[in-house]
Amino acid sequence: MATRLPNVDVLVVGFGWTGAIVAQELTEAGLNVLALERGTWRDTPIDFAPTFDQDELRYYWRHELFEPLAHETLTIRNDASQTALPMRRLGSFLPGINVGGAGVHWNGQIWRFLPSDFVARTHNVSRYGKAAVPDDMTIQDWGVTYQELEPHYDTFEYICGASGKAGNLKGQIQAGGNPFEGPRSREYPNPPMAMSYPPTLFAGAATQLGHKPFPHPAANMSRPYTNPLGVQLGACTYCGFCEKFGCGNYSKSSAQTTILPVLMRKPNFTLKTESEVVKLNLDSTGKRVVSATYVDASGQEFEQPADLVVLCAYILHNVRLLLLSGIGKPYDPQTGQGVIGKNYAYQITSSVNVFFDDKILNPFIGAGAHGMILDEWNGDNFDHSGKGFIGGGYVGVVQTGARPIETHPTPEGTPKWGSGFKQAVAKYYLRAMSIATHGAVMSHRGNYLDLDPTYRDVYGRPLLRMTFDFTDNEHRMSDYITDRAAEVARAMNPASIKVNYRKGSWDVVPYQTTHNTGGAMMGSDPKSSAVNRYLQSWDVPNLFIMGSSAFPQNPGYNPTGTVAALAYWSAQAIRETYLKAPGPLVQA
Amino acid sequence: MPSRKLSRRGLLAAAAGLPVAPAAIRGGEPWREGAADAPTAASGRSYSFFTAPEAAFIEAAVARLIPKDELGPGALEVGVVTFIDRQLAGEFGRGARWYMQGPWGAGEKTQGYQTRLTPAGVYRAAIGAIDAAVAHEGKAGSFARLALADQDDLLHRLEKGQLQLAGVDGVTFFDMLLQNTLEGFWSDPIYGGNRDMAGWKLIGFPGARYDQTPFVGQHGKPYPLPPVGLKGRPAWNRS
Repeated sequence: MATRLPNVDVLVVGFGWTGAIVAQELTEAGLNVLALERGTWRDTPIDFAPTFDQDELRYYWRHELFEPLAHETLTIRNDASQTALPMRRLGSFLPGINVGGAGVHWNGQIWRFLPSDFVARTHNVSRYGKAAVPDDMTIQDWGVTYQELEPHYDTFEYICGASGKAGNLKGQIQAGGNPFEGPRSREYPNPPMAMSYPPTLFAGAATQLGHKPFPHPAANMSRPYTNPLGVQLGACTYCGFCEKFGCGNYSKSSAQTTILPVLMRKPNFTLKTESEVVKLNLDSTGKRVVSATYVDASGQEFEQPADLVVLCAYILHNVRLLLLSGIGKPYDPQTGQGVIGKNYAYQITSSVNVFFDDKILNPFIGAGAHGMILDEWNGDNFDHSGKGFIGGGYVGVVQTGARPIETHPTPEGTPKWGSGFKQAVAKYYLRAMSIATHGAVMSHRGNYLDLDPTYRDVYGRPLLRMTFDFTDNEHRMSDYITDRAAEVARAMNPASIKVNYRKGSWDVVPYQTTHNTGGAMMGSDPKSSAVNRYLQSWDVPNLFIMGSSAFPQNPGYNPTGTVAALAYWSAQAIRETYLKAPGPLVQA
Repeated sequence: MPSRKLSRRGLLAAAAGLPVAPAAIRGGEPWREGAADAPTAASGRSYSFFTAPEAAFIEAAVARLIPKDELGPGALEVGVVTFIDRQLAGEFGRGARWYMQGPWGAGEKTQGYQTRLTPAGVYRAAIGAIDAAVAHEGKAGSFARLALADQDDLLHRLEKGQLQLAGVDGVTFFDMLLQNTLEGFWSDPIYGGNRDMAGWKLIGFPGARYDQTPFVGQHGKPYPLPPVGLKGRPAWNRS
């Protein structure tokens, strides 16, 4: 029997990036906000002190910052003909745990999507005709435009102290930036990071080929910075332990290093850790969420009433909580009806290893978003006519560091162990680099999330079931941009290259990317979306759902910039419109 | 002042024997003394997990995976067996973070690890099965007693799935053994392997260095500093 607690104005479920943003914005509006986080408290200089943070085994291979699957996992299969089995150990993606969520171990790759990404269906059909979007490719427009999100991208970039070079200022193309990006209202708050040798070599070769390389937009500090909330960050030291690690040097933006020092002091904000929300409770009409049931570390159940509930968990947990709480109509892949769980998407990655005999690259010098990028083949930045696919991805050298257990590339034909392996690693560790591709995944009728019929979590609740595979569209696109990456690799005049295409079905074993999207998508019609353009549930108007679960499909950029911009956009709608007259912000 | 306050309501509830809501964090960021630190260093060289026959197997196997040669010490010499032993005796060996509930099914390759065995269980079952198979073939009593070329041949067959083992998948074991060997060779010495940072010295990785700012722009120049570990480096201990 759950113990009932006093009502709060706003209940935030999950305390990572979006939880911190929403809590900060809504406490500014004078509301009493309570955040429930299932993990523990942590702060970066204590938990990731530079005296012990550079530990590849502990943090990456032993998963100390990632979700412990013993508590809860999901089941996986490539298509509905297979029996889904639990993801027993982490591999393909690495969701975070504890305060700050995955925003603690992210790279700081802080992108905006292209204006055309937000109107993916309309844009592709109008440019390439109806046949360009096959019937089973279920892509949609977002219901929000780049122009509407621009001020919120800007807000997040200034909160983070993003380092970069604008490529488009109010419509004027800027030398040295990304010429394909949407217009920015102003320059990045900080200049680009210093470049180590591998990205510099890549950019030189790409320029010779006529491409336009630009510095990766980075939430790693190129210099000391004070953000608009008055929170200070310090210059990055390029230690190479950023991606998959915390940063105790105040050099990587996270909720802890940008928002929490201000938010945590507010008298109208409360955080409860080790408090896991297991269900949202609706009133008898089913149109209003009245409370959340949560369980604490000792197993005690509590019922927390609230006027407004904001879901801020990781995409997979947002979707599962909706399904477990009976909110919205679950998606049925047979009929195509229903929306919860629909349009789950991912990203497709590949790489080209480049080996030199005559250059020392010192690849261990790096930072999460330190690199040079080409955007020539992203989104619809190039003519797709006759190519047999839509979408694209960026190509670049992101020198995140080269922790040796993970990164010890060897040339084609090298044995995987024995003396030959040892000799090749000894020869090439300092002389190898890698060009990465980072590609979009379009949504597809057969890729979705629902509840598993067999497997359970520690509470006895059904696990989420993920049915996903890459389609021909993704493979054609990824092969195409991988070939472009290989062209740049050859132009660098290396001793040899190794081209690693992404072949076959999606495989849960090798790490690829923690960019899972969809399942509670945004849109302009309740029949084909779970939330409206302000991330408000169509079915339950006092429920807002943040995060990449809102993406109708997954563009070819890292998602955090857009996830945060959507959170600011949604929080603004709550503050300026919803609070004055609580109810649907868009009439169905 | 940051605090974790128990409310009056909470105290009353506690007095009445009712559940108390988790302590709220309010008024600032909490400070938890000693809540985070470096891991405790592995010590000693006797084995915690491996039996003597198991240790003989692993010592022989890792010496084939990364051999001692003219470039320097191999996996055996830098303590990889101690590393794996400590890992199997701890959280990793128990699969403590993994989802280990049933039912179990073999599944597709793309569905990854699906055995009921923990990593420690995989090692124990596979080593026993391989040594039994070697003994059955009659050439030598165990893997460790095979000629080096025969050890290599057996490891290749294991890697390619050509060696059927009772109760455990040979490829799963081989992949885990190779991965753990690389981990022991290149992880921080605090975990018992990579002794004297020999794995890092072999390739030129400078280890747990904090500040690379001076070297970002030094394109193509050899890195001038020796490696350091989480517990420092040998030179710091010299008077």
